[in-house]
Amino acid sequence: MLQYLALAAILFAIGVFGVLTRRNAIGILMSLELMFNAVNINLVTFNKYVGGDVLAGQIFSLFVIVIAAAEAVVGLAIVLLLYRNWRGIDVDRINVMKW
Amino acid sequence: MEFSPSQLIFYLLSFIIIVSSIYVVTLKNIFHSAIFLILTLFSVAGIFILLGAEFLAVSQVLIYVGAVSVLMIFAIMLTSRLASKKIVQSNEQVTTAIFICAGFLLISLGSFANTVWRVNTEPLPENNIMTIGQLLMTDYVLPFEVVSIVLLAALIGAIVLSRKAGA
Repeated sequence: MLQYLALAAILFAIGVFGVLTRRNAIGILMSLELMFNAVNINLVTFNKYVGGDVLAGQIFSLFVIVIAAAEAVVGLAIVLLLYRNWRGIDVDRINVMKW
Repeated sequence: MEFSPSQLIFYLLSFIIIVSSIYVVTLKNIFHSAIFLILTLFSVAGIFILLGAEFLAVSQVLIYVGAVSVLMIFAIMLTSRLASKKIVQSNEQVTTAIFICAGFLLISLGSFANTVWRVNTEPLPENNIMTIGQLLMTDYVLPFEVVSIVLLAALIGAIVLSRKAGA
């Protein structure tokens, strides 16, 4: 069980690294998907080894997958809109909402 | 040291996952990152099968590998000028980010090792998909409906955002 948790932690850390360092907005979205996957591995592992309720973890990670798909759709629509208005999706340049 | 077959598969899969996810976050060409993202998601589906979650593995392949990655590749191609090799894809926070991730990893691994887990030995239900279907229609019917409304809202939101103004 510890090996699965360690794998999920490593995957999550790599995802955090990607979100912190990527310039490209699509790269940030891809790193977010990595983090969602790490969380899913955690949920399924706990469902198998620790869980009290039958299959609650698997159903929850099913919901996580669905929400991640919805997030990718809306995020990529926003990225396309940014590209249309700013001629680029470099997040260092897109700072009009920073105070 | 003797490995059982499932352990061997686990180590193979986690090696693929870790290497290809490092490629996802570090490669200069964002299109290659997307290809490695597909490889990572596929291997995570293999991990789900090892953990006895077959239905989840199938939906992972269908939704992530089939739909989300294609969507990502479409978005990359529509914003193609950025996929060229000359553009530096990472910002100046790389060193800080490495320290943050290493700290997070150390803290979480240490807490995993030092926790006494109440390990449950009773096996999961044999007929995985049937149980999930029954639970979705009985105990989890409210979150199921809410998630369908969220999907509808995401659909409409994406259409409203991405159409041309005034069209």
